[in-house]
Amino acid sequence: MLSIKNLSASVDGTEILKGLNLEVNAGEVHAIMGPNGSGKSTLASVVAGKDDYEVLGEITLNGKDILELAPEERAAEGVFLAFQYPVEIPGVSNVNFLKTAVNDIRAYKGLPPMVAKDFLKMLKEKQALVELDKKLSSRSVNEGFSGGEKKRNEIFQMAMLNPKLAILDETDSGLDIDALRIVANGVNKLKSLDNATIVITHYQRLLDYIIPDFVHVLYDGKIIKSGTKELALELEEKGYDWLIKPEMAQ
Amino acid sequence: MLEDKKQTFLANFVAKTADKDSSLAKQEALKALENLEFPTTREEYWKYTRVGKITNANYSQSPSFNVSDISRYLVEGLEAYIVVFVNGFFSEELSDISKAKGITICPIAKARKEYVDQFEQYFGGLSKHESQFFSAVNTVYNTNGVYLNIQKNSLVDKPIHMINLTDAENAAYNPRNLFVVEENAEVTIINSYETVSGSSFTNSTTEIYVKEGANVDSYILQNQSETSNQVNEIDVVQKANSTYTANTVTLNGGLVRNNYNIEVKGQGCETNLYGLYLTSGNQHIDNHTIVDHIEPNCESNEVYIGVMDDASTAVFNGKVFVRSEAQKTNAYQQNKNMLLTDNASAYSKPELEIYADDVKCSHGSTTGQVDEEAIFYLQTRGVSEVSARKMMIRAFANEILDNIKIDALRDILESKIDERFS
Ligand SMILES: Nc1ncnc2c1ncn2[C@@H]1O[C@H](COP(=O)(O)OP(=O)(O)OP(=O)(O)O)[C@@H](O)[C@H]1O
Ligand SMILES: [Mg+2]
Repeated sequence: MLSIKNLSASVDGTEILKGLNLEVNAGEVHAIMGPNGSGKSTLASVVAGKDDYEVLGEITLNGKDILELAPEERAAEGVFLAFQYPVEIPGVSNVNFLKTAVNDIRAYKGLPPMVAKDFLKMLKEKQALVELDKKLSSRSVNEGFSGGEKKRNEIFQMAMLNPKLAILDETDSGLDIDALRIVANGVNKLKSLDNATIVITHYQRLLDYIIPDFVHVLYDGKIIKSGTKELALELEEKGYDWLIKPEMAQ
Repeated sequence: MLEDKKQTFLANFVAKTADKDSSLAKQEALKALENLEFPTTREEYWKYTRVGKITNANYSQSPSFNVSDISRYLVEGLEAYIVVFVNGFFSEELSDISKAKGITICPIAKARKEYVDQFEQYFGGLSKHESQFFSAVNTVYNTNGVYLNIQKNSLVDKPIHMINLTDAENAAYNPRNLFVVEENAEVTIINSYETVSGSSFTNSTTEIYVKEGANVDSYILQNQSETSNQVNEIDVVQKANSTYTANTVTLNGGLVRNNYNIEVKGQGCETNLYGLYLTSGNQHIDNHTIVDHIEPNCESNEVYIGVMDDASTAVFNGKVFVRSEAQKTNAYQQNKNMLLTDNASAYSKPELEIYADDVKCSHGSTTGQVDEEAIFYLQTRGVSEVSARKMMIRAFANEILDNIKIDALRDILESKIDERFS
């Protein structure tokens, strides 16, 4: 599904991603862990199409080169990013913008706009899925939302857009225990054989609910170790030092 | 030399002054014009606005016009009394004021003859014709405009829509309006300025008397061609417990200067000044407002919002005076500008001058750009960049549009704004 080859990304001459490789197949869940500042969010932004970076290498989604596509085209191709820090957009209502988003994506695929009734039905369904307060979906995007509400709103949007590849950037941070379970449940319910999920997290806690097929450690712009779910447990226990030290000794 | 230029400019208007006006105001203005010069940027009041575009032009003397269909200048779906002026002249055929109840409405030239007493009492009582050049020009050379008198306790059933059109090359005209809204009367007034064809200079002066307990909701829509310029003075006096609300929406024009002067001369008044300006090209939009709180227990709200594209310029200068008698005044003033390019500029100066001690006043000004993080966020959800920018601009402008009480008017403004940024 997602294939990243020798990806590097720089800002003003500073390299943040330094030749990163990652293969994600349909039906899989990948966890990306790694110390602060190692480049996890940068990777997510580059895949989603943020143009602040000078990018080299290759990113394909189902065989299609997406590096030349605008963020909205990538979204229409099935990429979704749940932001580590969701943006507040005063004056733009959640529901209205989602209607535009859903219909812009449909237009990209050559489909007619969704009938209002069907849209409302989907809205209700997905709200229920992530147990999002109805009041929140009619408010301005993330404006005045609590930290946890913002994260829940990200998963609600993901549910509405039904992406092929979802990247969840620290969606667990700021969630209370119940919210974590609800959000993880939502993600699990949306999982299927044709889509894939990348969860970026610092904590095993989330991975108890969303069980990854693979776990990667991103450090200094590269994936320095990959393994299965046991790797996350090992990291929880030992931290990153044992992986970083030999790397630095090279 | 300068004197010559002034005479040449004034000569543009002489031939068009249709009726005889022997009012005191006119005499005062004539006298003032002997000494008043074109405003220059050396004066604080005109610091950011050069009027050369207006004063150097030669204006045509042809008063004829060819407009016969005004449907596209109406507010679709809005029932209103319609008063139409073309190139500064009242068009009876295009207007529809026949069934107006509780109100006197007629071209000001007619009022001068038919309502002599009222005219003497009110005309020129508020305008700045002794100190402001353009106000003086208007007071001397005004061609036409509307005299409106809303009788005591009348709730006018429909808005009154004054449509000012020009269809000549280099048309220049001086519309003059006089509105007297008597005790406890309520009225909604829309004043729109549009170009049918060609270019024009509109020098408009409007005096509004808002009596005790009266409520005036007014809208000014400026949508003229880029080669058309406008100076627009609105002078208001409010008596006790009255409400005056002005919404000034500038969608298009070359050089536009709006001067609001509001005297709040009674307790328990509410004054709302809302403005929205969307500029592009080399447009220059300047909003100057003065709210003078003379009596206690009044409230004023002022919000002006601008979205500036290309190399356009916007100026906002809002002054709020709170006199020593005006205790318990609540005054709020805000100007927000969104610059869409690096070449657009905004000069913003909200000012409070407070001489009373028991008041609640605040003011502020922000100038920023579209939040690119928000644009990216919306794009990652599948919203195209164009739609995302449109959404952000609309969200910004909505703060003003939300104050528009006439749904049909809000609808057309929304679609005009959306069209503009598509
Ligand atoms: N636009 C940018 N301009 C300058 N530096 C940037 C930019 N984007 C990222 N960086 C830098 O790149 C590095 C990686 O940042 P990134 O946000 O990807 O880390 P992260 O792995 O997500 O960290 P965390 O766990 O704290 O979220 C940091 O040092 C960051 O300051
Ligand atoms: Mg991060």
